[in-house]
Amino acid sequence: MKVGLEIHQQLDTREKLFCACPTRPATGKPDYEFRRVLRATKSELGVVDPAAQFEEVRRRVYVYQGFRDHTCLVEMDEEPPHELNMEALEIGLMCAMLLGARPVDEVVVMRKTVIDGSNTSGFQRTALIALGGGIKLGDKTIGISTLCLEEDAARLVSSDASTGVVTYRLDRLGVPLIEISTKPDITTPEEAGAAAYEIGRILRRLRRVKRGLGTIRQDINVSVEGGARIEVKGVQELSLISKVVSFEAKRQEGLLRLREELRRRVPAVVVSDPVDLTSEFEATQSNTIKQGLKSGGGVFGVRVEGFSGYFKFEVAPGKRFGSELADYARQIAGVGGLIHSDELPAYGVTQEEVDAVKRKLGCSDVDGFVLVVAERTRAERALSVVAKRCAQAIDGVVEETRAAQPDGTTRFLRPMPGSARMYPETDVPYVRVTSETLSRLKSAIPPPLEELESRLVSLKVSSELAKQAVESEWLNVLETMLAEAPEAAQLLCSVLTQDVRELSREGVGVDELPDHVVLELLRGAVRKGLLRDQVKQALRLVATSSRSVGEALEEISSTTISLGELDAIIESVIDSNKQLISARGAEAFKPLMGDVMKLVRGRAPGSIVSQRLAQKLRERTERVSAQG
Amino acid sequence: MCVLGESRLEGYHGLAYRKLVEAGVNVGDTVEVSFGDESFVGRLMPRVESDDDSVVTIKLPNGYNIGLSVVDASVRLVSPAGGLHQQPPVEEAVGFGAGEYVALISTGGTIASRVEYETGAVRPALRASDLMSLVPELEGISRLKTQVLMSILSEDMKPAYWERIARAVYSELEAGAAGVVVAHGTDTMGYTAAALSFALRGVDRPIVLVGSQRSSDRPSSDAYTNLLCAVKFAKESFRPGVYVCMHASTSDPTCAVIPGVKVRKMHTSRRDAFKAVNTRPVAFVDRDKLVFLDESSKGYVVGGGVVFKPGFSDKAALIEYYPGFSLDILNWLAEKGYLGVVLAGTGLGHVSSELVDGIARLRRSGFLIYMTSQCLYGRVNMNVYTTGRRLLAAGVVPLGDMLPETAYVKLSWALANYPLEEVDGVMRSNLVGELSARSVYSGEWT
Repeated sequence: MKVGLEIHQQLDTREKLFCACPTRPATGKPDYEFRRVLRATKSELGVVDPAAQFEEVRRRVYVYQGFRDHTCLVEMDEEPPHELNMEALEIGLMCAMLLGARPVDEVVVMRKTVIDGSNTSGFQRTALIALGGGIKLGDKTIGISTLCLEEDAARLVSSDASTGVVTYRLDRLGVPLIEISTKPDITTPEEAGAAAYEIGRILRRLRRVKRGLGTIRQDINVSVEGGARIEVKGVQELSLISKVVSFEAKRQEGLLRLREELRRRVPAVVVSDPVDLTSEFEATQSNTIKQGLKSGGGVFGVRVEGFSGYFKFEVAPGKRFGSELADYARQIAGVGGLIHSDELPAYGVTQEEVDAVKRKLGCSDVDGFVLVVAERTRAERALSVVAKRCAQAIDGVVEETRAAQPDGTTRFLRPMPGSARMYPETDVPYVRVTSETLSRLKSAIPPPLEELESRLVSLKVSSELAKQAVESEWLNVLETMLAEAPEAAQLLCSVLTQDVRELSREGVGVDELPDHVVLELLRGAVRKGLLRDQVKQALRLVATSSRSVGEALEEISSTTISLGELDAIIESVIDSNKQLISARGAEAFKPLMGDVMKLVRGRAPGSIVSQRLAQKLRERTERVSAQG
Repeated sequence: MCVLGESRLEGYHGLAYRKLVEAGVNVGDTVEVSFGDESFVGRLMPRVESDDDSVVTIKLPNGYNIGLSVVDASVRLVSPAGGLHQQPPVEEAVGFGAGEYVALISTGGTIASRVEYETGAVRPALRASDLMSLVPELEGISRLKTQVLMSILSEDMKPAYWERIARAVYSELEAGAAGVVVAHGTDTMGYTAAALSFALRGVDRPIVLVGSQRSSDRPSSDAYTNLLCAVKFAKESFRPGVYVCMHASTSDPTCAVIPGVKVRKMHTSRRDAFKAVNTRPVAFVDRDKLVFLDESSKGYVVGGGVVFKPGFSDKAALIEYYPGFSLDILNWLAEKGYLGVVLAGTGLGHVSSELVDGIARLRRSGFLIYMTSQCLYGRVNMNVYTTGRRLLAAGVVPLGDMLPETAYVKLSWALANYPLEEVDGVMRSNLVGELSARSVYSGEWT
């Protein structure tokens, strides 16, 4: 098995890659909408890219939603791009140096044709900024082939197959991404996961990457021996990588097994022309078919010679060849699905109807058939796709782009784009990368995370927590706060690792809080001397209500008490019980605890109170004995 | 057509040029650029003249272009380019019956240019027939007879070219085209539209100028819709006159058809940059329908036939007034032999009162001076303020709601086709809709 990764990470820059719009996502309703169509353009040699052609055939209309504060004419493809964002380029070059890649001497921005509507222009702007380098996984090196800087695509809002209208939001379009492509040096699913993790760690070291779901996306190239290169797009979670790789490998192996079986049975897969079978289903009791006919469609079918039994062939766990076929028909022709002979009689289709279809299509015992219920042109398009894919089954794996599903399986997305899709972006000047720039950037690379980890340990953070803290997505916030309040290291680490994790597990949207809000909250909390639990409550309040940070902190500290206040209560109780303490020493703890808890009136957890009281008591008795 | 231009090392100079010549390499060849132990193989790409002279651009096998400094590198030819920049031959259709077809005249500009995929350079060299292959739907609308009249950038347009275009359009109409579509760069398309309006006054069929704001190499180009709508209007509207047909809004697929003397490019880059000023579009067009805003004018035929006067003078000028404007500028024009000037004055049609006496002197010497407004929207009225009245007394001729650019084109045309003493009269009269008597309210201002 050969696996290569393409990691796409959003950069946390002030502006987008080719305009001055901010890179933060928009919230609320869009301010305006407009409609466009895209066309596949021919290259100079008259070649249309297959992936582009595929989209054009689908005849989509794209609706774009814009936001005054987040998108401008550049995202609308109504104004040429501005110059390349130097902040993004510098982050990219620092990343290149960390990976040991060789930066190019001059950056040339290219246009990569993409006409699924996710880019208003019909292309994605991308620039190769460095080549080579690698990452270490134990003793093994996984080579890096390229580092590219590119603009993120628009966010898909909805897609209506029946009208062909696809809606996108433009706020994300143009956000800088760094794309790191590894060589196909990865040979196991586990290694794929480990490599992605390591690259993520290197990216986080730069402290200039965005956090949260969707800010890092992995594409995976997988091919097995005898298979073909399959690109799986859009893996958003690290944990899914090894799953996707192993599913995709199994699927390819399955297709190869199917190929061998088919080759034993037939020299080539022959598929008949589509036949109108509507009259065979005039009195059908099948709800699926009845519904399709009611909405003006017909039943159409093809005979697939020698294919009986192969539609239900399991190409991968839970994935039959028939459901693969349905994916193609859905994606390309926009039909709801299809029915194949291996699953009939079922869905209310009777044996009599099956026999009638077989008669009309002229099926022999080894032949299979596929039915589509739809309006004629759509059905015929779907069946021609089915015919093509069945015929290709005898070749094994078809090179294509697939989409990762949340369960780790993959689905056909579109044909693999060819090399005709890339040409220069003439509106953006080249950017020279000089050795002076590189040496300046080299000295600006933040220290490795290990350094931060040991600093945390030196600030009395447990080594376990320190390890977690440097993995935190809130690294920037943590570091800013550490610079301001190193004494609060323990609190900050706990809150920014365990507490935010727990909160987001509870469904509290802390991840969506902007850095500056969390910073403001932590600053206030440290100043007020709040307890960890109070900070967590304040975070919850800010994330789930409309309260400002100030209001939340106020509310929390009025219903709870700060560490300072708690200490003051403890001090006063100790002061008024001096005799008791000197008489009973450490045994005075129990009665004192009762007194303190009465005064605290539930505004602080007992565990904290007892911990503080024990400490104060110890201090006091030590001081007394020292004085004595 | 030679796509790469004259040089086989286009855009290279200085150090990079010398190293490439030494290596015997041409643009398009596969080369190896080596730096000691590392090397890069790719196809040599042309560069822009002003770029850093120590860098070569190569296209890697993955399609990306990168720049490499050759200061410390050696360059070696790996393999020469093979048959790359060849254009397939295009067969032009022959044998057209009168009224059956639309003539498509290409003059250059973004709509008539195409990107060279190898280099990304946009070149104004597209055959008009290639436009047809860009928009196959055209076949369902009309047969097309195409010609490349010229291939120039919009900003290089000049009065002499207006005449050439006018003659080409005229002969296509004589030959029996149902209508003529002129593909043009957008920057000066409004000027050419006005020029054709005057040169072909009384024309009985549609002449439609069309351009694009996004080059046709990109999937999002407005060229497709604009061209489709322009041809549709030329073939199906039966509406005589000269028009500009461009996107009506930022959305596809509707175009606005705007009178050629009342149209102006009002935005540097938007698709809907062209606006009807002091009027409204005559129609909206899309692939399926043609909607006239004024039903009564549909099929309107001008009597008396076309008055073909294609000449334009280069002795007219257009000057925008600004605070601090010096009379020297107008004096210089007169000294240099210019016969007249259109001023784009402030507001209702003013220039500084300090200029009045000098302007009066110029007028007395026979130099023609016309007043339009830099506000563009609305009409000049020089009776409201003292300065206006004094300018009128000094002999400045107010041009109502005529656009400054239209007035300039009209002056250039009038100077070439009428005796000097008749020019004021020509300028004052409404010949092709450039002057309207009424200012119609067009709704809320945005």
